[in-house]
Amino acid sequence: MPRTVAYKAQIEHLSVLDENGKLDAALAKKLGKDLLGDEQVLMAYEHMTVCRQYDEVAFRLQRSGRMGTFPQNKGQEAVAIGSALAARKGQDWLVPAYRENAALFLHGLPMHSVLVYWMGDERGSQIPQGVKITPLSVPIGTHMLHAAGIAWASKIRKEDSVTLTYFGDGATSEGDFHEAANFAGVLQVPCIFICQNNSWAISVPREKQTASETFAQKALAYGIPTIQVDGNDLFAVYAATREAHERARKGGGPSFIEAVTYRLADHTTADDASRYRDTKELDAWKAKDPLIRLRRYLEKQDLWSDEQQEALEAKAKAIVQEVVKAAEEMPKPEITDIFDYTFAEIPESLRVQRDTMRTTSLGQDPRQAGLGARAGR
Amino acid sequence: MAVALPTIEIEHPALPRPMRFPDFANWEEPQREGDRVITFREALREAMTNAMREDERVFLLGEEVAEYNGAYKVSQGMLEEFGPKRIIDTPISENGFAGMAIAAAMAGLKPIVEFMSWSFSLVAADQILNNAPKMLYMSGGQWGCPIVFRGNDGAGGQLGSTHSWCVEGLYSNVPGVKIAIPSNPLDAKGLLRTAIADPDPVFFLESERMLGDTMHVPEEDYFIPFGRARLAREGGDCTLVSFGRPVHFCMEAAEALAKDGIEADVLDMRTIRPLDIEAIVRSVKMTNRVVVVDQCWPFASVASEVVTQIVEHAFDWLDHQPVRVNTADVPTPYAKGLEAAYLPNANRIIEAVKGVVG
Repeated sequence: MPRTVAYKAQIEHLSVLDENGKLDAALAKKLGKDLLGDEQVLMAYEHMTVCRQYDEVAFRLQRSGRMGTFPQNKGQEAVAIGSALAARKGQDWLVPAYRENAALFLHGLPMHSVLVYWMGDERGSQIPQGVKITPLSVPIGTHMLHAAGIAWASKIRKEDSVTLTYFGDGATSEGDFHEAANFAGVLQVPCIFICQNNSWAISVPREKQTASETFAQKALAYGIPTIQVDGNDLFAVYAATREAHERARKGGGPSFIEAVTYRLADHTTADDASRYRDTKELDAWKAKDPLIRLRRYLEKQDLWSDEQQEALEAKAKAIVQEVVKAAEEMPKPEITDIFDYTFAEIPESLRVQRDTMRTTSLGQDPRQAGLGARAGR
Repeated sequence: MAVALPTIEIEHPALPRPMRFPDFANWEEPQREGDRVITFREALREAMTNAMREDERVFLLGEEVAEYNGAYKVSQGMLEEFGPKRIIDTPISENGFAGMAIAAAMAGLKPIVEFMSWSFSLVAADQILNNAPKMLYMSGGQWGCPIVFRGNDGAGGQLGSTHSWCVEGLYSNVPGVKIAIPSNPLDAKGLLRTAIADPDPVFFLESERMLGDTMHVPEEDYFIPFGRARLAREGGDCTLVSFGRPVHFCMEAAEALAKDGIEADVLDMRTIRPLDIEAIVRSVKMTNRVVVVDQCWPFASVASEVVTQIVEHAFDWLDHQPVRVNTADVPTPYAKGLEAAYLPNANRIIEAVKGVVG
């Protein structure tokens, strides 16, 4: 036959918890009886609620001039928590972009660090010892290569560690994504690519981002197992990540997860999505809010009451208040920091600039007077 | 509830065990006389091999470096000795392997990334300029990036405009990188050894036109410190400052000038970041005249920076304005004769020195 099928594939879509909070029990059982226990779900819900509150407060801080810019996470909390729950804190690596705060907090990043960072202080990127998270990455997609590289390093060192990296739908248009995916596939490194398809790359809709039916299928070209999940469904995200995690630990290489979600807020505080986004679309997605459906689920399970909700909201407010206080009480950075952290050991020319706080003509500096005075050759 | 401020141990997390890095306080130049004659490419290979034998964290990756022994045979035989886990062939994807190697450095390994040509590093610009040199700074001193990028720089001999880049003019503008540009095999071996041990990102610029150059190179493992120029020739009438391949043109010019009674100091900078401005100023204060030779384009080049610093430090010692000899301010020509005319050469240097001294 002159024409045969050389390759054929299909993309699975996984959804376990619908928007009314109804769990597909049969499917959940099939995915593993220990899919998510009540305690884990309660804990996840608490984290997501705190993160939502964090978002609201950060937004207000920016509007009142106490913060530079902030990208709200609102609506995407289930992707962050669902995936991070399937990874091991302090053992697996998280290589974030900037819209998965809940995952970072769950894995031990101090909550005020992210605020400090967006307040414009590099020290927000200082990660405590033992916390396996890389600094937030704002240039789109460049960190995916680092994730593939970190996973590669752990493979070479035979460490039992899996690397999770987060990025948006827009980032898949960057060459970096394709290079990272290609390397990860060729080298079979333990890396999980988590694409938060939130429909919008700032103002560019998903339809203008790619002509591909799904983002998940992009991984096929690199020989990477891939799946699309309902990103507002904690159970689906968790199940897919856990499966990918198990595969990676068994030496099965990288995985790709497209989590279909929605950015309920603006891209950042510097953006106004109402100028380009249809309110009908927004309203439709508000009904699919991952927090609402999880609360409905908990209520259906008799695990949640209005009183508990009220107490949790009060707790979230208190936590975030403390976090903001910690961020704002951070002493101002020393100007010498800009010199101290440019090289591992400060070169003489920088030392002089640091000591004199001058970046202009070194020749006029009295401390430079001795330059060239060394005798002989 | 109290939220504790994080306590940060400022150390170099990428290197839990520091690499062996010599104390250069009482350093002496390696013996340049001898009869152990090897090529530039062999000298590079010896430096990498020595580092890899000493420290298992060091590895080499790039296009064609393993099975093919390197596009320019610099890594010949290294796959045989170190195996495919440490001599790694990559897909043609500079941004990809530069970024992954940066992460490997962040995670505690010591990668040497070979760019077949530095011209190809332009497609990896974000990783090598926007990530590697800023990692330490943007993490508040927490994540270093001890990595070496090396490969051919400059006009390789009729490779055309897109493949003949001298990247030092562009890249030296970026804080956080160190740039070494050796002019001969002996320096190449010692400088590359230092580059591999250095805790910061190092760009190591070689020249395809010099890989076959031979000279005596000591057999032992040695280091050459960054920021120490070498006085390649002593004169007293004019200072010639250069780095990399044009050092040879300076020497050729200096020998010719000597026949006319003009004696030039020739300074081989060896590294331009850091720049040994002290050595330059010391020489200029003796000769009062200076010509800077640089195979980059003239506008905002390393030569421009050197001249600026000379003016800042030794203005009153100058008897003539400093002069630069750069390439012509045009894309690198393809045709043989045009390329030769475009590059700095002995004749242009002689002309410049005569103008300054006369």
